Amino acid sequence: MRKTLAVSALALMAAGATQAQELRFMCYQDGAECDAWAEAFQSFEAENPGTTVVVDVVPYQAIIESLPIQLEVGEGPDLARITDYGGLARFLLDVRPMVSDPDLIEARYGPSLAWARVGDNAPDGIYNIVDQLTATGGFANATLFEQAGVEMPGPGASWADWAEASRAVRDATGVDFAMAIDRTGHRFAAPAMSFGAALFNDEGEALVIDDGFRSFSEQFVAWHEDGTLARDVWAGAGGGTYQDAAGEFINANLVMYYSGSWQIGRFGRDIGDAFDWVATGAVCGPAACTGMPGGAGIVGLNRTEHPEAVAKLMEFVARDDIQAQVLAQTRNLPANAELQANGIAYQDVTPEVAAALTAFAASVPDFSDTAYALQGYQFNRAVYTNIPARLTQAIVGELSLDDALARLEQDVADAIAEAR
Amino acid sequence: MFGFLTLRRGRDRLDMTDWIAFGFLGFGVVLMLGPVLWLALSSFKTEAALQEYPPKLLPLAPQFVEVEGFETALQRFRVVAGEHAGRELAQVRRVGLNAQMIDPANPDERLNVHINDREPVRAVRIASENYTGLFTRFNFLLYFWNSTFITVAATILTVLFNSMAAFALAKYRFTGRTAVFLLIIATLMIPPTVTLVPLFLVVSQMGLINSPWAVIWPAIATPTGVFLLRQYMLTIPDDLLDAARMDNASEWRVYWKIVLPLSAPALAVLIIFSVMWRWNEFLWPLIVLNRSEVFTLQLALNSFQGELQTAWSSLLAMTVLTLLPITLVFAFLQKFITQGIAQSGVK
Amino acid sequence: MAAIVRALYEGAFNLFEKPMQMLQYSLGAHRMAWVFLLPNLLIFGLFTYLPILLNVWYAGTSGDRILLGERDWTGAANFATLLDCGSYLDPNTCRRDLFWRAVHNTGWFVVLQVGFMILLSLIAALILNRNIPLKGFFRAVFFYPVLLSPVVVALIWKWILQRNGVLNAGLDWAGMPTVNWLLDPSWAFFWIVFVSIWANMGFYVLILLAGLQSIPSDVYEAAEMDGTPAWRSLLRITLPLLTPTLLVVMVLSLIRAVQAFDEIYVLTGGGPGSATTLLIQYIYDVGFATRPRQFGLAAAASLLMAGVLLVLTLLQLAATRKRAEDG
Repeated sequence: MRKTLAVSALALMAAGATQAQELRFMCYQDGAECDAWAEAFQSFEAENPGTTVVVDVVPYQAIIESLPIQLEVGEGPDLARITDYGGLARFLLDVRPMVSDPDLIEARYGPSLAWARVGDNAPDGIYNIVDQLTATGGFANATLFEQAGVEMPGPGASWADWAEASRAVRDATGVDFAMAIDRTGHRFAAPAMSFGAALFNDEGEALVIDDGFRSFSEQFVAWHEDGTLARDVWAGAGGGTYQDAAGEFINANLVMYYSGSWQIGRFGRDIGDAFDWVATGAVCGPAACTGMPGGAGIVGLNRTEHPEAVAKLMEFVARDDIQAQVLAQTRNLPANAELQANGIAYQDVTPEVAAALTAFAASVPDFSDTAYALQGYQFNRAVYTNIPARLTQAIVGELSLDDALARLEQDVADAIAEAR
Repeated sequence: MFGFLTLRRGRDRLDMTDWIAFGFLGFGVVLMLGPVLWLALSSFKTEAALQEYPPKLLPLAPQFVEVEGFETALQRFRVVAGEHAGRELAQVRRVGLNAQMIDPANPDERLNVHINDREPVRAVRIASENYTGLFTRFNFLLYFWNSTFITVAATILTVLFNSMAAFALAKYRFTGRTAVFLLIIATLMIPPTVTLVPLFLVVSQMGLINSPWAVIWPAIATPTGVFLLRQYMLTIPDDLLDAARMDNASEWRVYWKIVLPLSAPALAVLIIFSVMWRWNEFLWPLIVLNRSEVFTLQLALNSFQGELQTAWSSLLAMTVLTLLPITLVFAFLQKFITQGIAQSGVK
Repeated sequence: MAAIVRALYEGAFNLFEKPMQMLQYSLGAHRMAWVFLLPNLLIFGLFTYLPILLNVWYAGTSGDRILLGERDWTGAANFATLLDCGSYLDPNTCRRDLFWRAVHNTGWFVVLQVGFMILLSLIAALILNRNIPLKGFFRAVFFYPVLLSPVVVALIWKWILQRNGVLNAGLDWAGMPTVNWLLDPSWAFFWIVFVSIWANMGFYVLILLAGLQSIPSDVYEAAEMDGTPAWRSLLRITLPLLTPTLLVVMVLSLIRAVQAFDEIYVLTGGGPGSATTLLIQYIYDVGFATRPRQFGLAAAASLLMAGVLLVLTLLQLAATRKRAEDG
């Protein structure tokens, strides 16, 4: 009797081991992304009895600092929501062989799939499903323009146009700042490319300091000297520290703000009815009118013990209806081509927010190839963090611009050499 | 003029040194406590109010009024200039630079007011949703328990192990004593930030990842604790220990029954430190604990920090909540810091 | 509550008494020192010395991998890179200029911060040790900032110091000119010293308070009866008897000042430019924040720093040992 009980208990456990699978999903959020996914996964669990998905909400710092270390020693979750595809490329799981319709995923997510196809990863592998496409671009305080009686530059306006108009508005209305750009190389890269920076050499390695990069850098430093750009943002920090100027914009203290699509939800909430604001779309330079794409996405990790289940979940995440449902809640731009074409019915948004989301979404297809190449570049974080470190030194006068650019080139080369 | 720094006086009359001392204390209170109080007040502000420039002391929120004929409540404004100066109106909508306003008492008449001529009417409103949201959002009690377990277990072991080591270093003469002491002090020289990664290798080899003991074990041998206790125990007269040994007390008894009670002030300080360190520890748990069932409060608190945005209102509310338990621990333990040798006596 | 604590205390004593007595019989009372040291040393060996040894290995290798087998041995190359300078006084002539800027900044920071920190916490501890009303409250006030996380400390001081912050509002109200505190390199440096003292002072006040308890009060009573002036009893009685504790404060505050990082990093990010970049931030930036990580360089920089710290600490220990034989 006792023996049979033990045997059947063992059998039960064995059966449980093959059927009951627990997937751990390490997730960070800027807004409500993890909460929305946790809700969506309930229907996945209903469709796949025996598989449970546990969402572990962690600080972004855990994704950046702790996840890579865990993965290197073979620990870590089954899936994660990440931004640094290049850095984690060798830990990502290629789900192409395991999903039922890889071509559909390819058709929907083509451009962003390329971001994880770096290093030794398969050139046609499916590693990541982007659930928060971001695009850099400008915001303008329309009410300040109206008060100043200055006409707002229209679509296709250049950086010079915006600088001149913002200065005029600042002087007429008495606000503190004309323009501001977030303190990161990711934001800096877009105008630099618009000024003609190629960024990459013939072997596809960054960072090249060419005439385009140099001319925007000169302009950038000059705008800090004459007060066009808010010194507080770049000169107020050091190293690769990220700093935004959203607070200044929300308080109607800034005329034009170059940031990105992720600010829309926050502006909608915190500005409310205080003033009118618009998204400017891409801003042009002498060479191009590009912004920078970017975005967080969900990846499977190749250390998982349940690759099939992970693949199933990834396919679920990629589904049009699921993406539409989650993105409606998180108010993010879709990376999914179908949803880009048809639009998303965002929940509870004001007309201003809806207009801004549309404007940003519309600007994405026109981004330059260099912009996509940089976003998909394995060592792009070396570029993003070293640009603010060195250019700020030029702005505050610690280094001449020539020295700063030479040091910048050297810093990025040093970092990349470490990984070779 | 140095008198205020030294003597513990029990006089009835305040002299100059007392006034200087209280001046210093008063200044200290403003400087040390002011910002903390402001933090507490700010934890009751909405996210939008936290963004406001210049920052306001009290959590203020705009006021709304129900007006007949309008589905949603309208925001109240005080008109400060122009034709309608002095009146308090409700805003129907804003179009560009003009606000269409009405007097709630007379809802049919539309008035045009320039937006710079009006100021929102505001009143104190406590954003208690910052706090209540925490309990619905995640398993607060579980995280609280995890933090408490780690803190209590680590503190008991820290105090025990460190005081034993300090006792050995302070009250025995043996070859290698200085070497051991220096070896312990030397570990302070390498910044913890740098040893994080190699320590992770060690802990993962031991299979401790995602266990609370991954946080507890590496934390309990603190050089600071050994150093602090050893220096304090140096001031305990050796005669007391020798007298006990004459009475056939074992070394363990000498340590437990004589040295520990006499070290009460330093032990209290170490307990406070240990509780604070473990309770507030963030970077190390972040790396070794990544399943929500073993999360600590600090990890949950910091999950309000995203890549591009931080939910300050929730983060501040959570900060205030996590501060309460250690405040109580401090209030309880600081009393023991007054028990000097003279008061505690020798039993 | 007190009864439970007492019962646990007695219980723990009884639990360990027998085995410890047996150990004492078999080893002899003198070797008990090692028994008392053992648990601590075991933990240290495993969780502190082993990682430090691994760190030394990192310093001699290159690559962005963390598993030791996947790294290339480069010997002293990382140290050579860091020390490659035209002149150590001019960071611009160095191969790794930011490292040397951080070294210079850290030097100034330590000199200013440690001096003021010890002075202020000593004064505060002496006052808080008196029989003043609301003693517990005042002690809590001075200790409270220590409890706050660096992110929150930085947030509070940003509110105060930013262009439209509380401090400037106050200056404006008083009719004085306002300053953009964190944009001016000198002011930013002043504020990181100030804020780090603000945030850490309570730690040392508490240690000093505990130390003051070990001074028997009858010493003071005798001094007062002799009519010794107060300042003289401070110099002749309090400070000498406090030396063991003061040594703790001096050693710890020096080490922690050299390793200062968190609050400063969140408050100024090391800026403007590199005006407030300290050593640990440099180590963190090259080893962790930027990708690909340069672990080897970070480890080498940390070992250089540890070497300098070790020398400084030994000097401190030696100096106090000379003054008070017991230190």
